[in-house]
Amino acid sequence: MTTRTESPLVEPDVIARVLAKGRSTGAEFSEIYVEDKRSTSAGLDDGKVEQVTSGRDRGAGIRVIAGDTTGFAHTSDLSERGLLAAAEAAAAAAKQGDGGVHTIALQPVFRHPVNTIVQFPDTVAKARKVELLQRADVAARGVHGAIVQVSAGYGDSIKKILIANSDGIFSADEQVRTLMRVSVIANGDAGMQTGYNSLGHTIGFEVFDENDVEELAIRAAQQAITKLQARPAPSGAMQVVIKQGSGGVLFHEACGHGLEADLVGKGSSVYRGKMGELVASPLVTVIDDGTMAGEWGAIGVDDEGHASQKNTLIENGILTDYMWDFIRARKEGRKQSGNGRRQSYADLPMVRMTNTFVTNGSEDPDDIIRATDHGVYVAKLGGGQVDTASGDFVFGMVEAYLIENGEITEPLREGNLIGNGPQVLKDIDLMGNDFAMGGPGTCGKDGQGVPVGDGCPTLRVKSMTIGGTAA
Amino acid sequence: MSTTVDDLQAIADRVVAQAGAGEQIEAYVSRGGETAIRIYEGELEHFVSAQSEGVGIRVIKNGRTGFAYSGTLDPAAIAEVLADARDNVSFGTPDEFAGLAIPDGVAQIPQKFWDEELAGYPTDKKIALTKELEKLTLGIDDRVRVDEANYDDGWGEVAVATTTGIRESGRGNSCYVSVSTLADDEEETQTGFGFSVGDSPKDFNLQKAAREASERATRLLGATKPPSKRTTVVLDPYVTSQFISILSSTLNGENVAKGRSFFAERMGDQVADPRFTLVDDPTNPLAYTATDIDGEGLAARRNVLIENGVLKKFVHSSYSSRRMGTVSTGNATRGGFAGSPGVGCLAMQLVPGTHTQEELIAKVDDGVLIQMVSGLHSGVNPVSGDFSTGASGMLISNGTVGAPVREFTIASTLQRMLLDIVAIGGDVDWLPSRAHGMSLVIRDVTMSGT
Repeated sequence: MTTRTESPLVEPDVIARVLAKGRSTGAEFSEIYVEDKRSTSAGLDDGKVEQVTSGRDRGAGIRVIAGDTTGFAHTSDLSERGLLAAAEAAAAAAKQGDGGVHTIALQPVFRHPVNTIVQFPDTVAKARKVELLQRADVAARGVHGAIVQVSAGYGDSIKKILIANSDGIFSADEQVRTLMRVSVIANGDAGMQTGYNSLGHTIGFEVFDENDVEELAIRAAQQAITKLQARPAPSGAMQVVIKQGSGGVLFHEACGHGLEADLVGKGSSVYRGKMGELVASPLVTVIDDGTMAGEWGAIGVDDEGHASQKNTLIENGILTDYMWDFIRARKEGRKQSGNGRRQSYADLPMVRMTNTFVTNGSEDPDDIIRATDHGVYVAKLGGGQVDTASGDFVFGMVEAYLIENGEITEPLREGNLIGNGPQVLKDIDLMGNDFAMGGPGTCGKDGQGVPVGDGCPTLRVKSMTIGGTAA
Repeated sequence: MSTTVDDLQAIADRVVAQAGAGEQIEAYVSRGGETAIRIYEGELEHFVSAQSEGVGIRVIKNGRTGFAYSGTLDPAAIAEVLADARDNVSFGTPDEFAGLAIPDGVAQIPQKFWDEELAGYPTDKKIALTKELEKLTLGIDDRVRVDEANYDDGWGEVAVATTTGIRESGRGNSCYVSVSTLADDEEETQTGFGFSVGDSPKDFNLQKAAREASERATRLLGATKPPSKRTTVVLDPYVTSQFISILSSTLNGENVAKGRSFFAERMGDQVADPRFTLVDDPTNPLAYTATDIDGEGLAARRNVLIENGVLKKFVHSSYSSRRMGTVSTGNATRGGFAGSPGVGCLAMQLVPGTHTQEELIAKVDDGVLIQMVSGLHSGVNPVSGDFSTGASGMLISNGTVGAPVREFTIASTLQRMLLDIVAIGGDVDWLPSRAHGMSLVIRDVTMSGT
């Protein structure tokens, strides 16, 4: 393991003056979030390494809260002058009379040690990163003559953050992410089909010691080839078996967003007022866990400076807690849950998921398929979307098969599935024992994207609507 | 562009002047700011005021391309960006078509992008009009709550320079308001939204935004899940805009060159109903995404892509046009200083029909009016053409709008839907999107519900 020590992004005495400036117009809370992110990405398409990109994003966001009003300003100027100007702008926005003088004693916060980095990506030669892309290209094209196009992308980032606030919190984190994705097109008699596979972890370049790039590419290629034989997906309600891993997206949409305290607080969640009630099948235990080592949504501290946590949201079907950020927790007079996140220093934090998953049940996954007469087996989910107020949500199936008489048969073309969150949670009637996390995801909310993980064991929903075209 | 931004242009020029022998350099420099105001229950919930700036540098040598960016205009950082971009060149695969745009003599069509009134609009009036929007929305129907009322504006300045002789700069600003609603009826809650855009706040139509937000939410109260069947869909203008936007990637010349478009071998073919004429026209000042230059600094222009249902043209950047042996159509796209140019439609528009939505619905015996779709990113594949989205709306029977329906999907393929278009409305709505909208009637779509 490599350890690196560096000077803070902004000196503590400057931070104290900036926080004091933030409260100079009477606000009861001020906060500074400083970010310095370096990233490298490389893209291969059509057999060529098209471009290697180096990026640097650096700046600070100053948040000032007075009553129910938040003032926010951000700047890419990290000098004391630049930070004080931003603090003044944020304070003016949240102005509440005369604030007087405030002194703040900063206390370091425990950082959950989620990232044990063996090989920081900035210590790895770019040529080695590019080579991964070429290996993926060769491997995917080698699967079948019908593979007509391959696109592969590599990306890494090292994001140093520093968060301090007028309550005395002073915390820092270094978030390392390494990612690879492969997209493949296969061409057949019935047109083109696509395959996609990705891997991403909050660790360094050692991720490629543990994961085989060729295997990643081959699976993407196989997915596209399989789909060349696919028939149109059925239309209408039927039994749906969801495979371990990427199936966790189902819970991200069916209940994850609806359990975010900002949406609950404004009455735009179907899960409002349901605390302590049975909201899901007793087979369902949902956890959001920012401490999950190496997973894509893992964070040492959240973007409000609080250590990440493992939070049980639904336990054996009973709603046990929502997810909380600073503002919502303060309003309810309770502790936050390490779920205050933001896309960058230029964004306000809000309640966000980290790694959201459902825990194991007892069924053998093969038995779940055998127990299903007629339905759809979703082997890989794409993204999804939810209306948290009505609970209606969709998710895409990028690899799916028909189940007939307890056996997986023909591959199906792509489409969305639609359901209502609370109803689908109650309709889960079989839960497997093969829990796995899915690939890296980006969750979008209010225009901000943050990295998240999802996971689940193989499970069955007794009825969901498949959005295909076949009778 | 019509207005020059001298200091940014000077920065871009200084970068480009450092080009060595056999080296092509492009510098894209930008600066911008935003205001975001959110009102909740009559009070200011948040006020965001911010500025950002940055530079992106592309270097091409011996057919290899490298790129780097930084979110600052600090001279030391710019020098580092240029060094990184140069270093990144060595890892690219030589590509005979790689290169920057070359001035092509096409004249820019002047447009107005900067509004002095917006630039000087006082903050307290922005807050006041957002409060007014919330109040108007609440005044329409007792069952409606406001989730949030927002005012957003932004301004940007940009300069681009290249060793090939491109030298452009300009600035623009814009603003909009939006409101999202919740309508309650016993155990059920439905959502709606409304918005209004303008050159300055004086153009806002707050009443219309409030009414649409209220009606969208209340119309869905009591909605049930419909039975599955094949039917005719009438897409609301907002949904049509999303549908048209999806077609951009199929008409993208780079995707065509790389075998990612099902239109690749179809030039000159009848790919859509003869009523369907699709143009990309960023020179139309009514378009929200109107522009006078593309992402590489060439003049934006009007391109007819599908005419009377016949595929006529793909859109190109300088790179994709070189690959395809043609000329750029002025369709390089750019996502700010942190990205290098891509290809895409800039401002998609259908040639409208003449009928109102009511008149179109009157001709539908059995169908569904689609008010909202969801999961466009997860259930639509522009490579295969598979189309499946979540939807909500109202059933249509014998030419009349009836009961609300939700929690269903509509599905077909993009290829079929273009040929199955039955009617195009005249109710053009210039939405804050890459495509405008109007009512669109498509037959033989599968609705999946119970």
